[in-house]
Amino acid sequence: MNDNASLTSHSPIASDGDGFLLHDEDRAAILEERDHYEQPQAACIEALKIVQRRHGWVPDGAIPAIAEVLGVGPASVEGVATFYSLIFRQPVGRHVILICDSSSCFLTGFDELREAITAELGIEFGQTTPDGRFTLLPVCCLGACDRGPAMMIGDDTFGPVPPDAVAELLKEYS
Amino acid sequence: MTSSPASLRYHSQLRQSAAERLAETHPLTWRLREDGALIGLEEYVEKEGYAAVKKVLGKQSGQDVIGTMKEANVRGRGGAGFSAGVKWSLTMQGGDLARGYIVCNADEMEPGTFKDRLLLEQQPHLLIEGMILGGYANNSCYGYIFLRGEYIEAARAVSRAIGEARAAGWLGKNIAGSGFDFDIALHTGAGRYICGEETALINSLEGKRANPRNKPPFPGQSGAWGKPTVVNNVETLCNVPAVMQHGAKWYQGLSGGLSDDGGTKLYGVSGRVNRTGLWELPIGTSAAELMDRAGGVRDGRALKTWLPGGGSTGFLLPEHLELALDFDTIGQYGSRLGTGLLTVVTEDQSVVSLVRNLEAFFARESCGWCTPCRDGLPWTLKILQSLERGEGEQGDIELLESLATDLGPGRTFCAHAPGAAMPLESSIRHFRHEFEAGITHRRHAAHADPIPVGEV
Ligand SMILES: Cc1cc2nc3c(=O)[nH]c(=O)nc-3n(C[C@H](O)[C@H](O)[C@H](O)COP(=O)(O)O)c2cc1C
Ligand code: SF4
Ligand code: FES
Repeated sequence: MNDNASLTSHSPIASDGDGFLLHDEDRAAILEERDHYEQPQAACIEALKIVQRRHGWVPDGAIPAIAEVLGVGPASVEGVATFYSLIFRQPVGRHVILICDSSSCFLTGFDELREAITAELGIEFGQTTPDGRFTLLPVCCLGACDRGPAMMIGDDTFGPVPPDAVAELLKEYS
Repeated sequence: MTSSPASLRYHSQLRQSAAERLAETHPLTWRLREDGALIGLEEYVEKEGYAAVKKVLGKQSGQDVIGTMKEANVRGRGGAGFSAGVKWSLTMQGGDLARGYIVCNADEMEPGTFKDRLLLEQQPHLLIEGMILGGYANNSCYGYIFLRGEYIEAARAVSRAIGEARAAGWLGKNIAGSGFDFDIALHTGAGRYICGEETALINSLEGKRANPRNKPPFPGQSGAWGKPTVVNNVETLCNVPAVMQHGAKWYQGLSGGLSDDGGTKLYGVSGRVNRTGLWELPIGTSAAELMDRAGGVRDGRALKTWLPGGGSTGFLLPEHLELALDFDTIGQYGSRLGTGLLTVVTEDQSVVSLVRNLEAFFARESCGWCTPCRDGLPWTLKILQSLERGEGEQGDIELLESLATDLGPGRTFCAHAPGAAMPLESSIRHFRHEFEAGITHRRHAAHADPIPVGEV
């Protein structure tokens, strides 16, 4: 099992979403989460994150599977899955890049950083590189404003990231 | 020169030497190490950690704790400044009422805010101790730390600290032999700024979409799973141990006459200054002092304007730098203290562009429940984008003003929309000429020829 603090990092084997099967370890982890709360629905977000840590995203088949484990309706799981910005409902790259687009970073070079990354990778926000290596997304203030412009790659936070350091930095993530 | 990837890694950092930070004057940060490493249980206990829990549990009543907190007047550090003691006194308890919950709001996503991260990553035991005391006062059976999903290092630090505290008997049954049972779980989020609004946070904790709830009932009456629930910010809760250890009078005295409020504040500065960072200073310290510590504006530029406490506070001018940074003072100048972390804007930076950036944030992060917020914010954004490109039309500024009124207090279920209105209204009030330039600017080839930053 991956580090359970992890946000967008996931196992290298990404699923295509067909014939979804909930992994036994994940089922156990979801059941354990459930016990932290008064009602099972509360474990829903963590359950989605557990699935995402394994598959990289939340395939459609995961929704009824999670609903079944928690004993709640699939519609309520789906409603939650589509609300939160860091639950991915389509495949993402091996590494998700989150660039802070909030005010302090805007004032300290967000535009230049975004341009350097889009130029380096040839993708815009919301897209994944054709080789499946990176997905690029904007994110709310990362709480790293004293070192803007800030960004995350997988679970790692960086800042300030000068545009000319982008190529070197991305090399670390294969 | 290119920097190596390792040197680009972000580490939360306090800008004060250990010599400056004393237990008597810096209740939030005196234990923090110069190297910024995590304070584990052993070190925390060596440095008077859990002393307040030992002093209070089983020896004072919950109502005594609330009384001390009321007298200390610890004002909510999440941004609204509501007295924690007063909030706690409104939590329903007693009779045959079931015990409720205490929830720490560690969702920190307010643009320009990076203070709770420091406390979470480097001193999670202080928060846990504050939550035990808060749980005791509010008769909570359980605590949750609602942490934004992106704070990976904080999640690791907090999980480790909860485990250590449990193993040492600071969490669990019969804490320190007092008969008080209480435990804490970490709940990590999955994005969305609105989760930080306290009733949206409760919905999110319950595994639902993070729409705020209608109030009343307030969380203290009916919160998580219908039980009385207290929601407090990380920094607020981190003040509790020292208040209980040293008393309300001591806490009041910390501000040294700079403010009617007591205690210290984790202040910060971001934007183009020489030394961005965080400092624990008496509440009521002036922005001028902070700017001084931040080494002034970078590159020899002049200061144009500043936000006192995040994206949902109002713009202030250089002439306001001498004001005391406390809730009541800043509230008198068309702004709010908010989180107390300054965002600095220099003379060459466009206010219209910055407000466009802020309103894009608020529009994207609206939960969509109330019409002024769901529809008014995208409309606001569109107008700002056209002004930014020099494509504004006569009447646009008046329209923005009326949108700011419609977004204002009392018209929506939560304070997200009023938070969006404040920078909008205040920027037009102070910098109307920059908005006007977006209408009168030459109009040819506007898309290919945006108004350069600083020209408007
Ligand atoms: C849109 C919105 C976002 C908020 N985000 C946060 C947040 O991230 N952290 C926080 O402590 N308070 C946040 N608040 C304030 C909370 O609603 C609440 O007032 C606070 O958690 C109470 O704690 P305090 O009294 O200790 O400040 C937010 C409010 C709104 C309207
Ligand atoms: S003001 Fe905005 S964010 Fe708040 S409840 Fe209404 S629509 Fe949702
Ligand atoms: S504004 Fe980018 S990290 Fe805060």
